[in-house]
Amino acid sequence: MSENRKLIKIATAGSVDDGKSTLIGRLLYDTKSLTTDKIEAIERSSKQRGYDYLDFSLATDGLVAEREQGITIDVAHIYFNTANTNFIVADTPGHVEYTRNMVTGASTSQVAIILIDARKGVIEQTYRHFFIANLLRISHVVVAINKMDLVNYDEEVYLKIKEDFDKLVAKSDFSEDQITFIPVSALKGENIARKSEEMPWYVGNTLLDHLEVLEPADLEPSSVARFPVQYVIRPKTEAWHDFRGFSGMLYGGNLKVGDEVTLLPSLNTSKIKSIHYFDQEIQEAAPGSSIAITLETEVDLSRGDMLVKSGELPTSEKQISATICQVNNKALTIGKKYILQHGVNRVLAKVDRIESRIHTDFTGGEDAHSLKLNDIGRVHFRLSKPIHFDSYKSNKSNGSFILIDEAEYDTVSVGFIE
Amino acid sequence: MNNLLIPNPKEAESIHIIREVAAQFERPVLLFSGGKDSITLVRLAQKAFYPAKIPFPLLHVDTGHNFPETIEFRDRLVEELGLELIVRNVQDSIDQGKVREERGRYSSRNSLQTTTLLDAIEEFKFDACIGGARRDEEKARAKERVFSVRDDFGQWDEKNQRPELFDMLNGKIHVGQNVRCFPISNWTELDVWEYIKTENIEIPSIYFAHEREVFLRDGLIWTANEHVFREDHEEVMVKMVRFRTVGDMTCTAAVLSEAVSLDDVVGEIRDSSISERGARIDDKRSEAAMETRKKVGYF
Repeated sequence: MSENRKLIKIATAGSVDDGKSTLIGRLLYDTKSLTTDKIEAIERSSKQRGYDYLDFSLATDGLVAEREQGITIDVAHIYFNTANTNFIVADTPGHVEYTRNMVTGASTSQVAIILIDARKGVIEQTYRHFFIANLLRISHVVVAINKMDLVNYDEEVYLKIKEDFDKLVAKSDFSEDQITFIPVSALKGENIARKSEEMPWYVGNTLLDHLEVLEPADLEPSSVARFPVQYVIRPKTEAWHDFRGFSGMLYGGNLKVGDEVTLLPSLNTSKIKSIHYFDQEIQEAAPGSSIAITLETEVDLSRGDMLVKSGELPTSEKQISATICQVNNKALTIGKKYILQHGVNRVLAKVDRIESRIHTDFTGGEDAHSLKLNDIGRVHFRLSKPIHFDSYKSNKSNGSFILIDEAEYDTVSVGFIE
Repeated sequence: MNNLLIPNPKEAESIHIIREVAAQFERPVLLFSGGKDSITLVRLAQKAFYPAKIPFPLLHVDTGHNFPETIEFRDRLVEELGLELIVRNVQDSIDQGKVREERGRYSSRNSLQTTTLLDAIEEFKFDACIGGARRDEEKARAKERVFSVRDDFGQWDEKNQRPELFDMLNGKIHVGQNVRCFPISNWTELDVWEYIKTENIEIPSIYFAHEREVFLRDGLIWTANEHVFREDHEEVMVKMVRFRTVGDMTCTAAVLSEAVSLDDVVGEIRDSSISERGARIDDKRSEAAMETRKKVGYF
């Protein structure tokens, strides 16, 4: 992979007929990411169906086939690139199970594209998609107002939808500069990769230009360094006899050689002696690095423990409250025990109290005794051991966890710590 | 000493996944075919555990119909890196009567590998198999998980997959289950080639253009060789070719190419308009097999 190409991760959300498949197909086509055999198949099929245009929804026909067969629609991953950017699209279908799918897709994405059918405007589904983008604290939302060709490219339609959507933004944690509205026709390719001549009143970027100017650094706001120990490297060879490297991925902020660090849970302190990336020793590592760290002093540190800069300690608690999204058919109920996985650390957790089930349309919540698949709720847990966390708001990776069913080992919930 | 490490996000993610495999499972194994994807996995595993050795063995399921260049390369790599290599042969599964050799026009040992693999998993009690599959390869793979749980028949239940949130991987399994782990799920073919180039990783010579005896069938270029069934009218010729994927001779087609260096190969992939799977005979074959079934049904 080219070192100078940045990576942007996108989740797409739309209702069934909003033209999401067409939009993704169009992005693939306009970035020349479709192979000749695929384009020929699209041309053939479009002709057979008597269309006077190319039906790009066929580019993602795996999903279409699924729909026809009526089997579980799942998050699909789609890849394309331009000269300076690699894109990963988590395509989350907008049917009944959209909550689980969109939460899953959005958890690995920095950007969400929410599709709105220009003829229908902001509908209940739009509320839900935006609610999840807000819950997951997606850094940037693109509202693609699609099918503008079917409303005569009318600016009034666009402005009305923008006005309605802005009312939602006001209810959310987003600021206005995190939301971008683009009027498009995925079918005709208007404002996707090519500036539309049909909509001279729109002065902003095309969708692709807009996605390309986003900077990963801006999309992942820095906080403080968190280094969960994943695996202890002990070569035990002659050349590396005393080497004890604590390996893992660094989140949130930089760490450098000489930093004073505190180890959790022991609260022992030490200093970073060296940082290793393969056979190189480096002075400093940026967030997202998979590295190995050695310390100046002999310490007791193993998988699941955490290394942080002294003076930047996370919260350590045995009782936590979190917003939960249920991603499995089995309901979450009061008193139930789970394996809670926080990063690479696992503890046991018991549901103490379910505070509420939250409406996914910004209208508040209601009392609840259980949370079923696709439900979102506020839950209080008691843990077997303290975990060392930040609020999800301040540090996504250190503020989220999954719940694993004790008997079946399925992943049943995802949690966002408050 | 380098000043500041700015990570390559896909590489960092893959290293993270490989370390999770080593930490969460008791007996992992890396499925090694000698192809570019599994060679990339080996480099990533080296990076994950350096300066220690890779803490799991490599398993090669040998169909007996591999390109000799691949086998020679495999043995040299294992020797140089001091890795443990386990080889299990499809021929043994045939001799034991567990699978039957295919005959005729599209015959291949490709699908027979599954039995040999499952036997090896049972023999060594492997609980995690690291593979080089990528989600961009084909539609069905686009939904594959990074940790994909299989039952003791190796079966994948697509309706019952564990959702994967953030970068938290759930490898908890019951006795009898095992997990297929895919560290380069999010890489594209171009990512792999660019990485091989940036890292200057050695790959088998058949990935570069060379003269080879071939014949044409179904618009694909097949290796002319005693392992590949060929009809009398299928004329053998010498062409300048290379391979885009490296598997069994019976299911890997060549492409015409002048690319003799990594730069040339990366350039070709960048401009290429035919998908990688387009040169896989096993994919084409399944269409052909379907055709045959339809015919049988018709009669």
